[in-house]
Amino acid sequence: MCDCNSTEKSIYLPELAPITKVAMMNETEMYMHLDHDIGHKPGQFVEVSIAGIGEAPISISSSPTEAGFDMVIRKAGRVTDIMHQMQAGDKLGIRGPFGSGYPIDEMKGKDLVFVCGGIGLVPQRSMINYIMDNRADFGKIAILQGTKEFAQRIYHDELERWAGVDGVQVLETIDVAHDSWNGNVGVVTTLIDKIDGIDLTKAVNLICGPPIMYKFVLMVLQEKEVSHENIFVNLERRMKCGVGKCGHCQMNGQYVCQSGPVYRYSDLANIPEAI
Amino acid sequence: MSIKKLNKDVFKSFVDSMIASDQSVVGVKEKVQAKGNKFAFGPLENADQLRLDYDVTLIPPKKYMLPQTETLLTYEVKGESKQHVDEQKLILVGVHPYDMIAINQMDELFSQDEYDTHYMTRRNNITVIACDVVNASENIFASSMETAVVEKGFDILLTDLGKGKEYVAEAITEKGEALLATAVDATDADDKDIAKRSAIQEANKKDLDKHTLNCKPSELSSLLEQAYEHPVWEEKAKTCFSCGSCNTTCPTCYCFDVQDLVNWNLKDGQRERSWDGCLLKDFANVAGDHNFRKQKESRFRHRLYRKGKYVPTKIGGQVACVGCGRCVGACVPDIANPVAVYNRLLEDIKP
Repeated sequence: MCDCNSTEKSIYLPELAPITKVAMMNETEMYMHLDHDIGHKPGQFVEVSIAGIGEAPISISSSPTEAGFDMVIRKAGRVTDIMHQMQAGDKLGIRGPFGSGYPIDEMKGKDLVFVCGGIGLVPQRSMINYIMDNRADFGKIAILQGTKEFAQRIYHDELERWAGVDGVQVLETIDVAHDSWNGNVGVVTTLIDKIDGIDLTKAVNLICGPPIMYKFVLMVLQEKEVSHENIFVNLERRMKCGVGKCGHCQMNGQYVCQSGPVYRYSDLANIPEAI
Repeated sequence: MSIKKLNKDVFKSFVDSMIASDQSVVGVKEKVQAKGNKFAFGPLENADQLRLDYDVTLIPPKKYMLPQTETLLTYEVKGESKQHVDEQKLILVGVHPYDMIAINQMDELFSQDEYDTHYMTRRNNITVIACDVVNASENIFASSMETAVVEKGFDILLTDLGKGKEYVAEAITEKGEALLATAVDATDADDKDIAKRSAIQEANKKDLDKHTLNCKPSELSSLLEQAYEHPVWEEKAKTCFSCGSCNTTCPTCYCFDVQDLVNWNLKDGQRERSWDGCLLKDFANVAGDHNFRKQKESRFRHRLYRKGKYVPTKIGGQVACVGCGRCVGACVPDIANPVAVYNRLLEDIKP
């Protein structure tokens, strides 16, 4: 039946790692860096544990080409509330990385379009910075970022930095803007027609944002006749175990913690619970 | 390995000597008023308490492998965690074939991919004495699910040859062989005994059929392939209370929740896992209060798809409903019966 080995390490046991840097990015989002290498791939996530409070699945926001890893925390529950009170030097329990991540090899040599809504940029940044550090391996890059309000923007320094890289275009929009905003106003789909010099049907299109955003972006890509094989979505679920057992992240037959959270859109054809 | 015959007295002293050993012994005991006058597994104090003629227990024996609540970690608040693994040895007496098959499925699910040492350690410390069904329960449909007899997973299989006067006991593992050897007065079973046992098992294959599924269990996956939008989900779920009784009484449900508890000293505590159920309304909630299975019918459908389609893909096609009928009895609005739902689909769809 199985090897009897009670000394085997528990898959639920987190490893403690100190937070090395924290910074508020806006009123609700906190940036965190941990000098703790976990051997992740872009698009994976970790389970963050605070003993006495609980665990929460959190996207990894940095590329594996950098030391340690970054997270961006929105206050959304018990664990993230406590994380917001933490400072450099405090320790977090970490399990993972979990999930399958982005299909990097398949993306090599191709033009890539990132469509991000709000903190959807957070996991996408793990792939974007991987590309920046391996720039020659990839084609042209378009990064589309939509934010509800000016005050909620995140990673704006980085958006500027990426915009300065050869072959990279950054398009930003704000849903409801004040007069001081000179950029595009409207939802993120209004940026798609402004992409310059990339054939969407030949590019790999990577979408991440709130649940409501997917349908609209997918509709526009459908109009542009982008094949479903060339679209990847990054889905949100409440993974409690991260290892395909607890059932909480299941959508139809798929355990998002194992086969996701990044999915090829065509693979979701028979997964009506996906979005 | 041996096949023995134990008469009533030999069997009783066999059970009593187990109870006298250093291992805890758990078996099916007398019906409990507080448990709706149903049989229940519990710690045995003497052999007379054991009821191997029971029909079905309120809660399946999976609770000994995956307890309702168990500690995964102990910790200092905001500090270091230590894993907690329960290494208590246990003998479990009187597991029916359908429940054994459910345990076998869980063994596979908790050991595949990422090995769950909490479950598996507990499992490996349990010696299972299975027993063939003597009295069919009110809602059993093990005949339809091909779970009326079991061939593996247990250490010893008992078959009552008639009114508890004689048992055939077959050991199929080293652990079972060693345990059976403690029944020193048992005799070797002869061909006639084994033929009697086969007759009982053959009869059970046909007679544990209070509900009849109108297709083979192996056809459920292709049936469900075409049934996602069928009106039955809404029809049935209309009266669902989302109480999760179908989950908690199910021998193959293994989804769980994880919560941290802090002790009164506010310094240390435990991370606990406890049974959860996909019929409960918050099961698929994520941050921001978005619920991916908000509608009752989507939760109702999810359970029957897990049993007939999703879990089978993880365990080599075995259907994750073993026909115990517990959910049928537990469901107040009487909508949980998987056979009723699958048969309703079969009226409209050819698998």
